[in-house]
This record gives sequence, C-alpha cells and structure tokens, in this order.
Amino acid sequence: MSVTASSDLNVGVPAINWQSDDMKSRRKRRYAADRRLQAYGLVAIIFALGFLAILISSLVYTGNSAFTQSVATIEIDLSTADIDRTKLADADWRGVVRGALRAQLPGLSRSDERKYFEMFTSSGQFIVRDAVVADPSRLDGKSTFVIPLADPFDQLAKGQVNRDTPESQRRVTDQQIGMFDQLVGKGIISRPFNWALFFNADSRFPELAGLAGAISGSFWSLLVCFVISFPVGIAAAIYLEEFAPKNKLTDLIEVNINNLAAVPSVVFGLLGLAVFLGWFGMPRSAPIVGGLVLSLMTLPTLIIVTRVSLKSVPSSIREAALGVGASKHEAIFHHILPLAMPTIMTGAIISLARALGESAPLLLIGMNAFITSPPDGVFEASTALPTQIFMWADSPERGFVARTSAAILVLLGFLVLMNGIAIFLRQRFERRW
Amino acid sequence: MNMMSEAAVEKALDKNMSDAPLKMIGKDVSVYYGEKRALFDVNLNVRKNTVTALIGPSGCGKSTFLRTLNRMNDTIDGCRITGKITLDNADIYDPSVDVVELRARVGMVFQKPNPFPKSIYENIAYGPRIHGLAKTKADMDRIVESSLQRAGLWNEAKDRLQEPGTGLSGGQQQRLCIARAVAVSPEVILMDEPCSALDPIATAKVEELIHELRTNFTIVIVTHSMQQAARVSQRTAMFHLGNLVEENDTDKMFTNPDDQRTQDYIMGRFG
Repeated sequence: MSVTASSDLNVGVPAINWQSDDMKSRRKRRYAADRRLQAYGLVAIIFALGFLAILISSLVYTGNSAFTQSVATIEIDLSTADIDRTKLADADWRGVVRGALRAQLPGLSRSDERKYFEMFTSSGQFIVRDAVVADPSRLDGKSTFVIPLADPFDQLAKGQVNRDTPESQRRVTDQQIGMFDQLVGKGIISRPFNWALFFNADSRFPELAGLAGAISGSFWSLLVCFVISFPVGIAAAIYLEEFAPKNKLTDLIEVNINNLAAVPSVVFGLLGLAVFLGWFGMPRSAPIVGGLVLSLMTLPTLIIVTRVSLKSVPSSIREAALGVGASKHEAIFHHILPLAMPTIMTGAIISLARALGESAPLLLIGMNAFITSPPDGVFEASTALPTQIFMWADSPERGFVARTSAAILVLLGFLVLMNGIAIFLRQRFERRW
Repeated sequence: MNMMSEAAVEKALDKNMSDAPLKMIGKDVSVYYGEKRALFDVNLNVRKNTVTALIGPSGCGKSTFLRTLNRMNDTIDGCRITGKITLDNADIYDPSVDVVELRARVGMVFQKPNPFPKSIYENIAYGPRIHGLAKTKADMDRIVESSLQRAGLWNEAKDRLQEPGTGLSGGQQQRLCIARAVAVSPEVILMDEPCSALDPIATAKVEELIHELRTNFTIVIVTHSMQQAARVSQRTAMFHLGNLVEENDTDKMFTNPDDQRTQDYIMGRFG
C-alpha cells in the first residue's frame, strides 16, 4: 500500500476540532466516570474495613474480660495441718482449703459459711493438692495458693454485676457481696492475666475452662491434615500437570477436582462419619479423623494451587533442563518444583488456615465432645478451636460468653499468624518472571 | 596445536564445506502439530564442525526443524514427526534411543537466555552432575572453568561463580547458557535465535564465540538476521512455508542462490 493511497482515504473526512464544546464536555464526562469508579471502590473498602472493625471491637469488648481472672491469694500453713505425707493425693485437701478460707472471715454461722464457700471455685482443693504434689517442700511451712473465684463473683469483681438490681434477680446475694467487699478490703482479691485460658483444658466451670485441649486438638488435626494433603496434593498436581495425557478422562478429573473444591465442608464431615468412623471403625472425636476429613477438604484446593504454581514456572526453565539432558523427573524435582515451592507453601498454609477455622465437619465426627484433658496424640478424643467455640457459645454461664469471644480472638490470632507466615514466604522466596 | 595450524585447519574447513562429513541427516522430515502440518518432507544434512544457519520468514518451520534434531518437540502435546533423522547414522527417533543421552549429545541454546535461578557455578555443574561426568569436586571445578573459558565468560565470571546466574547481563546470560550446553561435551549444539534478545555488542561476542566453537562442535543456528547467517555460517538452509527451499554454501547462497525465492528473501522482497 503506497503513501498516496492511504492519504486518499482521508478525503472527505472533516477536520476534528478537539477544542469544541462537544468534545470538551465529552472528555469531562469520561473523567467523571473515572472519578466515580474510584469513589465506589473507596466506599467499598471503607465499608469492608468498617465491618471488620465492628467485628473485632465487639469481640474485644465482650472477650477482653476473659483474659483476666479474679483470684483470691491465700496463705496456708501446711506444717500444722493434719496431712499424711505418704498419701498426699488422698489427704483431706477440702478441709485444708476450707480451714484457710475460714481463717480469712472468722465467726460465720454454718449457713453463712456455705454461702461464703460458694464464692470460690469448687476445685480449689485440687489446685492446692496439685501444687503440693508438684512441690512437697510446701508442706514445711507457710505458702501462698491462688484460688480462682467462682464465675458469678469473677463477674462481680469485673464490675459486670449491677449492685442496684434486686437481689432476687442476680446470682449473688447482698450478704455475699458484703463478704466479697470484706475480702477486697483485706487485699486478697486480685485479677492477674488468665493463663488458665491457654493452659487449662475444658471445664464445666468457666473460671477453670481453657483452650489447651482445643489448641492441641487443632494442632494434631492440622498436622494430620498437612501430612496427608501436602504430599498427596503435590503428587496429584505434578501428575496432572506434567505427565497426564490430555484426554477426556483427565478433563473429567480436572472438572471434578474443581467441583470438589466447592463442596460444602459439612459434606466432607458426613463422608468422614460414614467412612472413617462407620467402615474403618476409627475412634470418635479423635484428631486423626478430624485431620483426615480436613485433608479431604483441603486436597482439591491444594491440587489447584499447586497446578497453578507449577504452570507459572516459565517453560524456558523446563526447556533449559531438558536441553542439557535432564530426564523429566529431574527437570521437575531439580528445577520446576523448587521454583514453584514458595507459592505452593503459601497456598498450603492458607488452605490449612481455612481448615483451622472449619467447624462443621468436625462437629459431625464428634470433635465437640466435653473433654477435660488435652489429647496426647492423634488417637485421643479432643475438641478443636472452632468446635470449642461452638460449645462455649452454647453454654449459659456469663463467664462462657466472654470466653467464647476470647476463644474467637485466639482463633483469629492463629489465622493471622498463619496468613502472616504465608505472606512472609511469598515476599521472601517467591520469584517473579 | 599452535596458532598457525589451527588457522590452517580453519581455512581448510572453510573451503569445500560440501565435502565435510555428515553429522546429522534429516530425510523426508515432516512435523505435524495436531492437524496442522508444519514441515513438508525436509531433507537437510548437518555437516561436522560446520555452522549451518537456518533462515526464512517467521513461521516457516526453521525452529521446528531445529527442535526435531534433539527431540525437543517431544515435550509438545500433539506433535508428531515422520521421516528419519540420524545422528552418526543412528536413527534418533528409534524407540531404543535414550532421549536423555541424545540431548546430552545434541545440546541446545534457546532464544531467550534462560539460566537456572541458581549460581553461575551451579548452572554449569548441573548437566555434568546429572550425567556423572565429574568424579570429584576438582573435576567439576575443571569442567566449570573450561566451559566458561570456551564460552568466553571466564574472565567476567571467575570472581562471582557463587552469584546467581540471573544477575548477569543479557549477553553474559546467553554465554552462560552456551557454557552450560558446552559443559556436557555435546557433539552438536543447536541455537535457536541466540542473539535475538541481545544488543549488537553482545551479539558480536556471541557470534565470535560461535566461530570459535566450530572447531570442536557442530553447530546449527536459527537466525532471523541474514547478516548474521552470512557472518557465522558456512552452510545455509532457507525455509519457506514449511518447505526447505534451498540448502547451499553460505557464500553461494548470499551471492548467487539457485532458487528465486531465496533471492527474493535475501533481497528483502518478502518476509
């Protein structure tokens, strides 16, 4: 095509006046559309952040009180107590504790005394016993013990009981409030950080209930989930991406993996209930089953993530390896997989984080049982963080309301931690091409 | 071998290129990508210690042919090859042929420099290591040094062998890739437009290198640049629309080609 031919095409086309009012207002409208789009985006982000802020602040508002626990610090002189040193576990610890408490407020009648003892956790005797068994030298003289207050009085100490409400409408009597104030006056009531929330297992009593069982149950479940889904997911992805022929069958497999990733998690729970518990007779409520069910749930996601990251390694690297005579598996394991690994790890951690927050499948396999000691391994019954939250949310005691929020905050903390690790790995090791 | 005799050998090689022994023979080679046919019965021979340039317009099948020579096309789904290609008179598509061995003997340098994202040392040591060419660390060091020497990169890289190969400039990266190919002592080196991503100075260095490598290796190079073909090669093959138009001594090809289409392409009348 020659130059003259192309200029012929312009004959008859009127000159464009870029400064005409029509053109100007047209451009103005286009800029306005730009600005509108930006504004919509900004509003959407503010909206999302606002909801996040509401969520977090409401959790902190209701949950913060669970991070402290009101306790009475009491000095007991065990050298004068009647205790058989050869049978420490069977000694009358209840009597010891009551004696020590009695000494704080002497001269109460028998019925008043019962009201008085209600103020302290009913497990005080076990706390003292365990402390002495752990350190028998305490028997030789005075030593101090920390006895948590029972939940209603913990609430009272935290100012969540309104003293103006009629006595019949609250769980603490005027008399008990009086006793409490006396104890406060003596300076034996304090509110230290509630380590029990992390180091105690579940309990019927809010003042003793903690997340240790749930945290270790979640840990074991995720460990099982990782150990199964990571190698299986990577192997499946490598096969599908690098070796599988492209045909109807592999297309079908691919479509089904994508579908599985979208299956509601409760379905995997039902499957686990029927297969792992029903057919294989695996233990109920055990982290091994929880981990298996969660790995079924994470596998499709992990396969998809791994395939995408394998695909994102440029083919030039593959060709370079094959070009110097590397076999297919050498090209994959020496070059492609290591380069894809940071992305795979990121994906794995994020899917594990999702599994950590999953409650429905665990409820179906019984990981919402009431279990008062942390599991020692994957075969022992336990709860998990989300199921523990579910159980606490169902409990009527005031103390559990705060503890539910606190447990949610702990769960969120773990999720943020895991996502943080994923982001760190991505920033630190991921290559861009 | 002293300088004089080396020059004499080179001169002898430059003369009578048509008489050099055949290293690789392509007979009636056709390549199909699925239904699409990319090469039509190509008969092309590669002569020993010769640089053979493959030229032609985009999409003419020259890269496809190059990649059949070390079976790189095997990695492409739906790619099918008919005809026969031999290396030292052995059919490389025979089922008994080990592709890993073939690719060690027929090395390749790609269009875009593609060093592994590892150290310079590791880039070169990788091939010898998987093939077990070095018994000791000292052997490996020797291979790395001589490969870098041959690729003319030793002086620039000797103090930074542990630094990543991807940190080199484009031209250096391409020479690193050549060193990597050389390190497994191939007999043939295939180069797929090795200079298309390089600036003129880096290109000149690579061309000089190709010239030197010819004494030890047989080289097949695909290039878009006619000047480059004229500068580096002794034999040139012209492809058009999947057909081999003409194969000739480079001198003759660029002065008095047998085929009108070659003449037109070289004169810039199409392509």
